[in-house]
Amino acid sequence: MSATTFDAAQSRAISHRHSLHRQRAWALWGSYVALAVFVVMFLVPPFYMVMTSLKSSAEISAQKGDPWIVHHPTLANFWYLITYPNFQTYYLNSVIVTVFTVVISMVIAVLAAFSLARMSFWGSQTLATGVFLTYLIPASLLFLPLFRVIGFLGLINSYWCLVLLYPTLAVPFCTWIMIGYFSSIPKELDEAALIDGAGYLQMLFKIFIPVAMPGIIAATIFAFTVAWGQFLYPLAYLYTSNQMVLTVGIVSDLIRGDVFEWGKIMAANVLASLPPILIYAFLMDYYVAGLTAGATKG
Amino acid sequence: MADGTSVPVGVMAPGAVARPRGSMKKFAQRRSTIAFCLCLPLILLIAGFVVYPAFYAIYLSMLNKKMTAFVGLSNFAFLIRRHTFQLVIFQSCLFAITAVVFKALIGFVMAHLMHNIPGKNQRIWRGLLLVPWVIPLALSTLTWWWMFDPSYSALNWILEQLGFSAVPWLGVGWIARFCTITVNVWYGTPFFMIMYLAALKSVPEQLYEAAAIDGAGAVQKLFFVTIPMMRNIIAITVLFSLIVTFADFDIVRILTSGGPEDMTHVFATYAFQVGIQSGDIPLGAADSLFMFPILAFAAFFVLRGVNRRSREIAA
Amino acid sequence: MAEVSCRQVVKIYDGGVQAVKGIDLEIADREFVVLVGPSGCGKSTTLRMIAGLEEISAGEIWIGGDIVNDVPPRDRDIAMVFQNYALYPHMSVFDNMAFGLKLRKFPRDEIKRRVDEAARILDIVPLLERKPRALSGGQRQRVAMGRAIVRNPKVFLFDEPLSNLDAKLRVQMRTEIKKVHQTVRTTTVYVTHDQVEAMTLADRVVVMNGGVIEQVGSPQELYHSPATRFVAGFIGSPAMNFLPARVVDGASGGLAVQVTDQIRLPVPPARADRYGKYKDRPMVLGLRPEHLFEYHENGRAGWERVDLPVDVVEPMGMETMVHFFIGHEPVCARVDPATHAEPGEMLPLSADMNQMHLMEPDTGRVV
Repeated sequence: MSATTFDAAQSRAISHRHSLHRQRAWALWGSYVALAVFVVMFLVPPFYMVMTSLKSSAEISAQKGDPWIVHHPTLANFWYLITYPNFQTYYLNSVIVTVFTVVISMVIAVLAAFSLARMSFWGSQTLATGVFLTYLIPASLLFLPLFRVIGFLGLINSYWCLVLLYPTLAVPFCTWIMIGYFSSIPKELDEAALIDGAGYLQMLFKIFIPVAMPGIIAATIFAFTVAWGQFLYPLAYLYTSNQMVLTVGIVSDLIRGDVFEWGKIMAANVLASLPPILIYAFLMDYYVAGLTAGATKG
Repeated sequence: MADGTSVPVGVMAPGAVARPRGSMKKFAQRRSTIAFCLCLPLILLIAGFVVYPAFYAIYLSMLNKKMTAFVGLSNFAFLIRRHTFQLVIFQSCLFAITAVVFKALIGFVMAHLMHNIPGKNQRIWRGLLLVPWVIPLALSTLTWWWMFDPSYSALNWILEQLGFSAVPWLGVGWIARFCTITVNVWYGTPFFMIMYLAALKSVPEQLYEAAAIDGAGAVQKLFFVTIPMMRNIIAITVLFSLIVTFADFDIVRILTSGGPEDMTHVFATYAFQVGIQSGDIPLGAADSLFMFPILAFAAFFVLRGVNRRSREIAA
Repeated sequence: MAEVSCRQVVKIYDGGVQAVKGIDLEIADREFVVLVGPSGCGKSTTLRMIAGLEEISAGEIWIGGDIVNDVPPRDRDIAMVFQNYALYPHMSVFDNMAFGLKLRKFPRDEIKRRVDEAARILDIVPLLERKPRALSGGQRQRVAMGRAIVRNPKVFLFDEPLSNLDAKLRVQMRTEIKKVHQTVRTTTVYVTHDQVEAMTLADRVVVMNGGVIEQVGSPQELYHSPATRFVAGFIGSPAMNFLPARVVDGASGGLAVQVTDQIRLPVPPARADRYGKYKDRPMVLGLRPEHLFEYHENGRAGWERVDLPVDVVEPMGMETMVHFFIGHEPVCARVDPATHAEPGEMLPLSADMNQMHLMEPDTGRVV
């Protein structure tokens, strides 16, 4: 090939190379821009929630200037809530209910998942499918008949009824996650343990739970999230402030008649959202793993 | 054997055979019973607080208001003739289908965008985008309500700054419907994004390379490789979300309580209003049960999809 | 015309890793060229750059007379067979093979004609309606090849296609690939780490190591005249024996190679001039196991007898491998199966010194 055509080809190649590289760079930067737009859209409400929580009632009602920023930030709302006995009760009740729910749910789910994943007995396959199916009977269908059941148990207007009911919302999915994780533990581990002399419960505690710990954390987080944020059941069954949990407490208590104390409501929101957000911030990977257990493990 | 304790081949030590066989059978039996016992709490929980109430709901729906007499299907007939309930059926379907379609589309687009950026950056963006899912729905809905407030709406402020007139968000029927759908889409899209991103990652890169060599451009790769490979996940998430969205209570209850003029009521909120607030539990139960056929229909397809997916993965 | 030409091609990954360090390669039309080398030598990277799946950091790649540096894969008129077959799992075998043609808007009867023809060549006609998951590994590999054949491209690219198959199937498929090449006569670039595949399939073999080309030549050339120690040790199975040695004066005027105090092997007279200047320098002697054998008195004249203690014996059926140590160096000899050799016993050996190779220890260059 002669020198001139070689150079021409080379310069063509170089300009071509730049355009291909530029194309790929465009795609990357375009993605970032689009994602940034989405992030703004999705974070607008939480952002506004925080902004409002820092505003005094005076500033809110005055409606001067940009409502999206705080002109005279104040922590008065937070202080009010922290010292407000009702709010303290709501928080405490939420914590109690959630902790009990998580413990009960995880115990039931882990035991059942261990049994369904490892030990086949007559009907275990149908049971596993059935567990999944119950997820498709929503709370909004069950809450009315449950009203009668709870009444019969004498637990109306007591947050202990939630401790009984919340597991029904968490256990099916937690079991499903755990079955997935337990199934992926190679059977050779069981056999090695059996030869080493372990019984089934020992296998569960010494092998399965430690090895499937990411699944357990993910399922626990899921149970926590469900219990902490439930609204329908508490709204239906709890009437007095001293029994309420955060979700209903904030909605019914801080909205007194026609007066909406938005600053305090938003501050309550922020305080109530703290536990899930903190767990999320530190354990985000487990959070995501719990959600996608279905996608990757079928 | 050298130590003198050899046993001639073919002769077993007495008693060595009989015991293992007997205890093996008992062991197998015990294993089944242990397995069953481990499942018992689950079975009791589900039977007592899900299955039984579901059937009880059917029974309740066929009683009169005072729950003293059996009235057959008259509650259902009564509901169907009521204009409000017809609105409920319409709005529930509109709400669920529209919201799920938008969630799936936006989630799909976002999953692709996330897939494009390098792995280590994905964590940060994913972290930010999942926040709507983390905050309890009831509380985020309160925030939205505040943003839609007729007098103080921060969204109206932006519109006015741009020269548009304020919108009566929750005051007009169709706009209120739009608001409820928006909140649901805002809440649920991150879930779709996460699921689709996981599914996208599971498509082998070599398939795209083979398609590139075969002559596929970006759009063709999407239709011939990406979507077929993700078909099952898409189906499962859409159906699952349909069920959950269909039965949603929190958003409508907090934003509009069903108004204005009952235009935003869905099955769940109407059942609550009728059953708990008006005290007519049988009627409320009948309302809730209307959801059942649609749920069953969707559930059937979800199950089929899940089974097909597990077979696909095993293959 | 479908020549492939790589000119000073370099590949540097983000992070500075240089996978390919400037290779020059000219592949003629219809030639079957095999890139062979250990993992990480840059052969797959080179192939992927020819395919357009990796960007070229520097240098040029030409296909059929056109420079293709920034041409996307779909426009390079190439076809590729992947190690993992990369068949579309949701399409039938027919659709898998037809996909590329459909994308290029071929008429339907033309597509059917080409797919049937390829299926006939590869003997997969009864499988056309099946899905990939219903096929065995060998069948999937054939479908992958079919997908490449129907396109009638300028170049076939194979990326370690037989690595996922079991040993027996691999041998079978090797013959199939060779037959296909004889029928279809398309320029082929084939990557493998298995030197047996390279030797049996290639018109020319390109041995790569650490991102550079060690040697290019026909299989015979590489076998008989390796240019570097690496090539000498890579080609041929079992591998060539390497022994540190010195060139010294021989018994009757010529040169000899001193391996140990007791072992001195005569250099063939024809090579005396070549090796003369390396006298008394530490060198490496290379002898292939097949050129070592049991010593027979009635054997060729002048072949030295060396007695060595046997370490391990591996009877392979049609030959027997006997392993020794000379000093600390392991040595392997391929002997007649009738040879009696027992571990621990001495076995008299001889070597065909006409097949010897002498290498510089530091550069690895064969002199």
